Amino acid sequence: MSAPKELSRGVWRENPVLIQMLGLCPALAVTNTVANSLAMGIATFFVLCGSSLLVSLFRNLIPAQVRISAYILIIATFVSIADLSLEALVPTVHKALGAFIALIVVNCMILGRQEAFASRNRVGPALLDAVGTGAGFMIALLLMGSLREILGAGSFLGVPLFGESFEPWIIMILPPGGFFTLGFWLLLLAWLHKRRAARGGETAGGEAGAARRVA
Amino acid sequence: MGDLVLIFLSAAVVNNFTLTLFLGLCPFMGVSARVETAVRMGLANIFVLVITSLCAWALNTFVLEHAPYLRLISFIVVIASLVQIVEMTIKKLSPALFRQLGIYLPLITTNCAILGLAIFQTNRGYGLFEGLFFALGAGVGLTLALVLMASIREDVERSDVPSVLKGTALNLFLAGSLSLAFMGFAGLMSQA
Repeated sequence: MSAPKELSRGVWRENPVLIQMLGLCPALAVTNTVANSLAMGIATFFVLCGSSLLVSLFRNLIPAQVRISAYILIIATFVSIADLSLEALVPTVHKALGAFIALIVVNCMILGRQEAFASRNRVGPALLDAVGTGAGFMIALLLMGSLREILGAGSFLGVPLFGESFEPWIIMILPPGGFFTLGFWLLLLAWLHKRRAARGGETAGGEAGAARRVA
Repeated sequence: MGDLVLIFLSAAVVNNFTLTLFLGLCPFMGVSARVETAVRMGLANIFVLVITSLCAWALNTFVLEHAPYLRLISFIVVIASLVQIVEMTIKKLSPALFRQLGIYLPLITTNCAILGLAIFQTNRGYGLFEGLFFALGAGVGLTLALVLMASIREDVERSDVPSVLKGTALNLFLAGSLSLAFMGFAGLMSQA
């Protein structure tokens, strides 16, 4: 597999949140504003890259029987670093994200990448894979966060967009809005895939495969 | 006593772990296809939550006072080994129950509700009994959400849904509606 493919795979075709449905808890819980989504995306990106690097480096030293515990320990170390750094550098963001920074440890997307990819590949590909998946996660979070903040608060990154007469859809920044927003994006993706599959017919094997994964 | 009941109610319905805090979504989406499995998963969760609460309290009281930066790492290690121990004990003592719980027991390790409980309990400074009631409430809330979701999904399966909507998108809209319904409980606490 070529380097660009490893990088791009996680970004869109195997997007962790939108296609694989991994890491849903943070994707729904902290995406009520764009700023929070961005902070969460960056923190997860950092943890994913760090863990993939270490797991890939030590892949021949970690015994198979205790590998999951070893991965969790490595991930927990990086999450502790992220947690303490955020608390020191940007206390307001840390407060807004609350326990969800610590909960990156149990984000199944990160453990999934270690088990499925980093533990079986050399450092280079493992890092590229982590960067791609991390970027895909961030894109998904930003999609969620933008829609929720624009509709729910009438602003983007805190800047008002619509003027005085806009009545914000409060529900979008409340918990139900998280479910509805993700449902809406998935619906849009499924509809796009269906339309493309119908137009391209059977010749587009790759597209049909992607559509099947969504279904 | 009143405080304990309040903690229980708050965790069970007002701040439902799954529907308002988004904890434990993976099992919520994964094993909510049948009511029967949903009930079992819920019970397994209550069990592990209560034991985790005990362990988190013990860790906080006796160990972590001296090394607070090790909190996250020690929590996750304790939870992982705890689930392993619970699994082995149940297998030894009651093979029937073990077969009923099946794959759901080991899966609980990666359920963020468990780690979330330990962290929330610590952040709020709950004592032993407060923690236990909090864990019970959280577990009951999880079970309630799972069973409700499973009941709706069993019904929806028999109805005529547009094909593009089928699958996760529909489940998310269902979960959103449930979450909306649970927001109605928010008024319960401020008046109590």
